[in-house]
Amino acid sequence: MSISTFDTTFKPLPKQRRFDLQGRTFTTLAGLAALFIALMVAVIMGNIILNGWSSVTWEFLSGAPREGMTRGGIFPAIYGTALLVLLMVMALVPFGVGAAVYLQEYADQTAWSTRAVRFAVNNLAGVPSIVFGLFGLGFFIQFLGAGIDRALGLDVVYGKPALIWAALTLAMLNLPVVIVTTEEALKTVPREMREASLALGATRWQTVRHVLIPQAMPGILTGAILAISRGAGEVAPILFTGAAYFLPFLPSSPTDQFMELGYHIFVLATQSPDIDATRPLLYGTVLVLLALTFLLNLTAITLRARMRASLAGRS
Amino acid sequence: MRIWRFAVYAILLTSALVLTRCAQKSDARPVTVKGSDTMVILVQRWAEQYMGGHPGAVVQVTGGGSGTGIAALINGTTDICQSSRPMKDEERAQMKAKFGRDPSEILVARDGLAVYVNEANPLTEITLAQARAIYQGETENWKAIGGSDAPILLYSRENNSGTYAYFKEHVLDGGDFSARAQTLPGTAAVVNAVSKDVNGIGYGGDAYAKGVKMLALKRDDASPGVMPTDATIHDGSYPLARGLFYYLRGEASPPVKAFIDHCLSVEGQKLVAEVGYFPIAKAAP
Amino acid sequence: MSVLRPGIDPLSHRRLQRLREGVIEWALRACAFAAVAGLLLIIVFVFREAMPTLLNPATPKEASLAGFFATPLWQPVGDVPKYGLIPLLVGTLKVVIVAMLFATPLAVLAAVFSSEFATPRLREALKPIIEILAGIPSVVMGFFALIVLASWLQAVTGSSMRLNALNAGIALGLGVIPTVFTVAEDALRAVPKSYREASLALGASRWQTAWNVSLPAASAGVGAGVLLGLARAVGETMIVLMASGNAAITSATVFDSVRTLSASIAAELAEVVMGSPHYSVLFFLGALLFLVTFVINVAAGVFVVRLRRRLAGT
Repeated sequence: MSISTFDTTFKPLPKQRRFDLQGRTFTTLAGLAALFIALMVAVIMGNIILNGWSSVTWEFLSGAPREGMTRGGIFPAIYGTALLVLLMVMALVPFGVGAAVYLQEYADQTAWSTRAVRFAVNNLAGVPSIVFGLFGLGFFIQFLGAGIDRALGLDVVYGKPALIWAALTLAMLNLPVVIVTTEEALKTVPREMREASLALGATRWQTVRHVLIPQAMPGILTGAILAISRGAGEVAPILFTGAAYFLPFLPSSPTDQFMELGYHIFVLATQSPDIDATRPLLYGTVLVLLALTFLLNLTAITLRARMRASLAGRS
Repeated sequence: MRIWRFAVYAILLTSALVLTRCAQKSDARPVTVKGSDTMVILVQRWAEQYMGGHPGAVVQVTGGGSGTGIAALINGTTDICQSSRPMKDEERAQMKAKFGRDPSEILVARDGLAVYVNEANPLTEITLAQARAIYQGETENWKAIGGSDAPILLYSRENNSGTYAYFKEHVLDGGDFSARAQTLPGTAAVVNAVSKDVNGIGYGGDAYAKGVKMLALKRDDASPGVMPTDATIHDGSYPLARGLFYYLRGEASPPVKAFIDHCLSVEGQKLVAEVGYFPIAKAAP
Repeated sequence: MSVLRPGIDPLSHRRLQRLREGVIEWALRACAFAAVAGLLLIIVFVFREAMPTLLNPATPKEASLAGFFATPLWQPVGDVPKYGLIPLLVGTLKVVIVAMLFATPLAVLAAVFSSEFATPRLREALKPIIEILAGIPSVVMGFFALIVLASWLQAVTGSSMRLNALNAGIALGLGVIPTVFTVAEDALRAVPKSYREASLALGASRWQTAWNVSLPAASAGVGAGVLLGLARAVGETMIVLMASGNAAITSATVFDSVRTLSASIAAELAEVVMGSPHYSVLFFLGALLFLVTFVINVAAGVFVVRLRRRLAGT
C-alpha cells in the first residue's frame, strides 16, 4: 500500500469524538460571520438593483437631465466620467508602467533609492482620498494652473477646477495600483525569456519592449482596469478639482468642468431640490455606476485568473 | 496576444469616435453663476429661459452655498455670484484688495426666510425669541412653547450657506447655533428631513416648503403672526424678508450683462413668482 | 532587433545605442521617482498651506493651535469664528471605533472560516462576494447608509437622530471588511501546512488548531490587516459625509450625529477664500489626517516585515 498524500482532514479516534461545545460554537460563529457578510452584500446589491432597474432605460442612458433632475437621463455624467477616466489613464499608464519596469528590471534592489521608491509607492496608496483632493486644489489648480495662467497672460482658464486637474489628481491616486500590478506581471515572466533575449544580443530596453511588456500585457491591463474602476468610483478627489452638478453643455476641452456619475449620486442624494421625485433617477444612477465598476472589476479579475493559469500551465 | 492589441485599438477608436461626435462646440464663452442653494432653482430656470430665447448663449449655474459663491467670486472662478445674504464688509474689503474696486451688488428677487415644522406639529406660529432659544439649544422640548411633550430636533444648514449666515445674524443675533443642530447641505434636504421627522424644526427659503408647515413669524409676543406673502414681504411686516442678490467683480461683460438684464426683465420677474419667491417690485394688484 | 545599416561603423553604432539605452533608463528612473516626487509634493503642499495656522503671527488666535482646544464649538463661519477641534476629533474617533468594532470580528472570523474550515467550494464562493464588496464605491455605500440603513437603524434602535455615528460607523465598517479580510486570509493561508498537521496529529480539534496555532502564527498579518483597515476608516470621506449627520456634537453616545475631520474638509473647502484662516485650518485638518494614516500604514508595514521574518525563520 502506498502512502498517499497527507490528508489533513484527520478524523479523531472514536474515544475522542465527544461533543466539543467550544469548538462547535466558534466554528458556527465563524461560519455565521461569513454568512452575515454575504447577506449584507446581497441586501445592498438587491436593494439597488430592485429599486434602480426600472429607471435604466435607453432614454436614461442617452438623455440629459431635465426639470431639476427629476426627469431625463444621465448621459452627461456618463460622458464626463468616460472622459475623465480616459485622460487619467493616458497620464497614468506611461508613468506607472515605466516606474514598474524600472523597479523590476533596472533598479538595484538593495539600493536605498529603490527602497525609497517602494516606500513612497506603498504610502501613496494609503493617503486618504480627501487629502488628494486638497493636493489637487493646492498644487494643480492654485500653483500649476494659476502659474500657467500668469505665464500665458490669461484671465482664469487653467487656475480653476477643470477636467485635466481632476484627471491628474486621480492619476496620482491610482499610481500605486498600476505600479504594483505591473510589477506582479513582470515577475511572472520567466527568467529564461530575459536571458534568451539578452543572449541573442538584445539590449535591456529591447528586451523590455519586445519581450517583457507583451508578455506582461494581461497584468498591465489588469492594473489599468482596476485604476479605471477606482477612478470612476472615487468622488472625494474630484469634489473641488472639477466636478459640477449641472452643466448645459458637454465638456469639450481639458479646461472645462464636467458632470460625473459618482459626484452626481452624491449631490442627488444630499442636495436635490425634490428628493422624492429624484429618487428613481438616483437609484438608476447608482445602478449604472455599480454595473460599470462591477463589469470593470470582473474583467480585471478574469484577466488576472487567466494570467495565473497560463503561468501555471507554462511551468 | 494579437487579439488584445486589436481589442485595445478597437476600444480606443470607438471611444474617440463617440466622444468627438458627442462634444458640442459652444461658440460663446459660458457665463458662470455660482453660489446660493436657495437661489439655484430660480437661477437655473432663468438660465433655461434665457438660453431658450438666445440660442448659442450658455449660462452655467451651480449651487454650493452663498459662501461658496462669494469665495469663488473672490478667487476669480465665477462671473456672477448668487447670494441669499448681503456681502460682509470683510468680503467687500477682500474684493477691493484683490480687484481694485468694490463688487457690484444687484438685487434680483426677494425671499422670505421661513421656519418649517412637520405637518403633524400642532403649532402655527412662533416668535423670533422662541426660534432663537430653540436654535441656541436653550429650549429643548416642544412643550415649552405650547407643543406636545417631545424633544425638539434641530435641522440647520452647512456653514457655507447664505441662509445659515442670515439666520445666524437676524434670528440668533450673531450668537452660536447649538452644537446639536444637524447640518444638511441644502434647503431641500432640510425640508425633507423635517417632513419625515414629527419633532423636527428647520429653516430655509419659502419656495421650498413642500410637505412641511411654515410657521407664522411674530416679532415679539404682542405682534401678530405673519406669513410670507407678496404684500408682507414688500411692506416689511414679515420679519425675515431678505433680498436675493447677484454680485459681480466690477463691470459686467456684454454676455453677462445680457443675462442679468433678462433676469430683471418683466419676463424674468414673472418667473420669480412661479418658482415661489417674490419679485423685486410689488406685483400690481 | 536593430539591423546594422551599411555605412555606419559598428563602434559608433554601439555608442549610439548605449546613449539611447542610457536615456531610456533615465526616463524610466524619472517615472519611478515620480512616485516619490508625488508623495513629497503632497506632503509639502498640504503642510505648506496648513502652516499659517501654526506659525504666522498674523493668524487670528482662534485659528491657531491654541484656539483649536480653547473652544468646544466648531463654527468656522460667523463674526467670531470658532475652530474647536474637539468635536471633530471625538466624532472621528466615534465613527472609527464603531467601524472597527463592527468590521474586525466579522472579517477575522470570516477569514478564519475561509482558511481553516471551509471546503474549497465555499472558499471559492466567498472570494467573489468579498471582491464585490470591495468593488462598491464609497459613494454608493454612503448612499445606501443614507437612504436605507439609517431608516432601519432608526426603526430598530429608536434613536432620535436618524443620521448618527452608528449609521456611519456600520457603513464604514462594511467598506473596511474587504481590506481586513483579504490581508488576514492571506496571512492565515501563508501559515505552513506543517503547523496545522502537527497540531491535528497531537489530537487538537479543528477549532483548537485554528485558535491556538494558525491564528497566532498569522497574528502579524492579521494585525497588519486590521491596521490597514483602520487607516482606511480614518481617511474615508464620502461615507461619513453622507451618513453621519455632520453635526459637531461632543458626546459619548453613538446615537448622536457626528462631524468627522474628513467630512468637514469635504463640506467646507468649496466655500473658503484661498489664503484665509479657514482655508489654512482645513489644510491643517488634512495634514492631521495624512499624519495619522501615514503612521498607521508604517506600523502595518512593520507588522508585515515581522510576519515575513517569523515565517521564514522556521
